[in-house]
Amino acid sequence: MRRVAVIGTGHSKFCFNSEKTQVEMLAEVALDAINEANITPKDVQAVNVGNVLGDFEEGQGMVQSFFANDIGCFNVAASRFEGACASGSMAVRDAVMWVASGYYDIMLVGGVEKATAMGTPLATRTFAMFGDSRYEFPAGFTFPAVFALLAHLYSNKYGIPLPALKEQMAAVSVQSHEYAVKNPNAQIHKAISKEDVLKSFMVSTPIQLQDACPFSDGAAAVVIASEETAKKLVKKPVYFAGIGQASSGKLSSQQKYLPRIRARELASQQSYSMAGLTPKDMDLCELHDCFSIAAMIAAEGLGFFDYGTSGLAWEKGQTRIGGKIPINISGGLKAKGHPIGATGVSQVYEVTRQLRGDMAEQGRQVDGAKYGIIDTLGGDGVLVSMILSTM
Amino acid sequence: MEYKLTFKNYNQALKRDKLMGLKCKDCGAFTCPPMMVCGECASTNHEIVQLSGKGKVVTFTTSFIASEGRENEVPYTIVMVEMDEGPWIMGNLVSMDPKKVAMDIVGKTVQLGNRVYPADKYSNGDLARPAFSLLE
Ligand SMILES: [Zn+2]
Repeated sequence: MRRVAVIGTGHSKFCFNSEKTQVEMLAEVALDAINEANITPKDVQAVNVGNVLGDFEEGQGMVQSFFANDIGCFNVAASRFEGACASGSMAVRDAVMWVASGYYDIMLVGGVEKATAMGTPLATRTFAMFGDSRYEFPAGFTFPAVFALLAHLYSNKYGIPLPALKEQMAAVSVQSHEYAVKNPNAQIHKAISKEDVLKSFMVSTPIQLQDACPFSDGAAAVVIASEETAKKLVKKPVYFAGIGQASSGKLSSQQKYLPRIRARELASQQSYSMAGLTPKDMDLCELHDCFSIAAMIAAEGLGFFDYGTSGLAWEKGQTRIGGKIPINISGGLKAKGHPIGATGVSQVYEVTRQLRGDMAEQGRQVDGAKYGIIDTLGGDGVLVSMILSTM
Repeated sequence: MEYKLTFKNYNQALKRDKLMGLKCKDCGAFTCPPMMVCGECASTNHEIVQLSGKGKVVTFTTSFIASEGRENEVPYTIVMVEMDEGPWIMGNLVSMDPKKVAMDIVGKTVQLGNRVYPADKYSNGDLARPAFSLLE
């Protein structure tokens, strides 16, 4: 397989109530990525798009074809990926495979969502579609509830009394908001305190509003190319060193592993193995913090901390710039925002720009970063992992 | 190859407080909710059985938000229960005030009953769910 690199990136401001359509949001970030890659839309051989609920948000299915046409990628193969919140990462990983295989040389990958157009009740209903509709939705399944079940399980399994766990969870949210203030693309530019988290609305015990990411609108795009093409087009290609993807079934079927997510561990092992690297080699990480407890579970599953200890790591600042592993220096899903189809592409954008050293002007550069890992979780059952490298 | 225990049959049984699952003739594991294969060893060599309906609470949450059309259910308690035969299933705890459910519920023995979610335009019909009551 050939080596594959990111050569162009684009990212919208994530927000509530975007005035733009999904095609418009995608078109803007795609042209930014195409311009940065020093190509034109005519050079794009195929388009992949992560989009989850466009059907409900705008009554728009198969947005990928209308988007490709809109930006002048006329008649190319355009494919949509749906794996709930991991859709964007799936779209990227798939494109990497196509370029690595030699079938295509240059591909454009976008991700878009306009979740706030649905309003909170319908958004909650449609997001719940990413749990098991027959056997778990009837009990009132929502994603806050899933991570709430895992939080109580985590507390019991690792012997962390709930009040202490709640403080650890709050530390995760506080850090994310702090970094989001420095990220111009972030949806929420407001620092919060531990007290703000602990007095926020109780969503699903023990998860409160400030333990949870918002509903979001937004888009992100990347252009990827083979190594040979990448070197001709840009000064600093950022390479995919490893990729991985795994799946799992309904929550109850994961009983042997919970609160660990087995599919995440498998997906990241694929990435580390392909890259010939270990968690210790990583200089930064963008992981799937849809809820504060989800971030803690993810950081452990990716191999950064022992099981049951990542909350302490957040409290001690080991997840900040200068700490053991800087995590979600973008503000994460919690404060950067979580337009679900775009999230994985946004993570690739973030890590690419960190590895190119572009974040200094925003005051959140991880100096000298060579390797970064992204982790995306979709619903109950899609986990994607990718390692990016400067070399 | 025919699907041995369909959702339709599972759902109809649950509406009569009967929890149906599969018992594997190869490894002995129980699979519930049902699947095409044994959840443990992927064998299709299994038989339909009725589970006892008794189990212990593994984890829980009380929700103060709900999906569109289910706002009238708030607050409600979701429990994950490990059935005596081994499988975990998701249901509701209906025998106590959701606002009073706390960590000490974990490990308590519960008995299965059912409540029916009356369907919305996306659900393809009504859906029974396990509704558990505390035994002690
Ligand atoms: Zn078996």
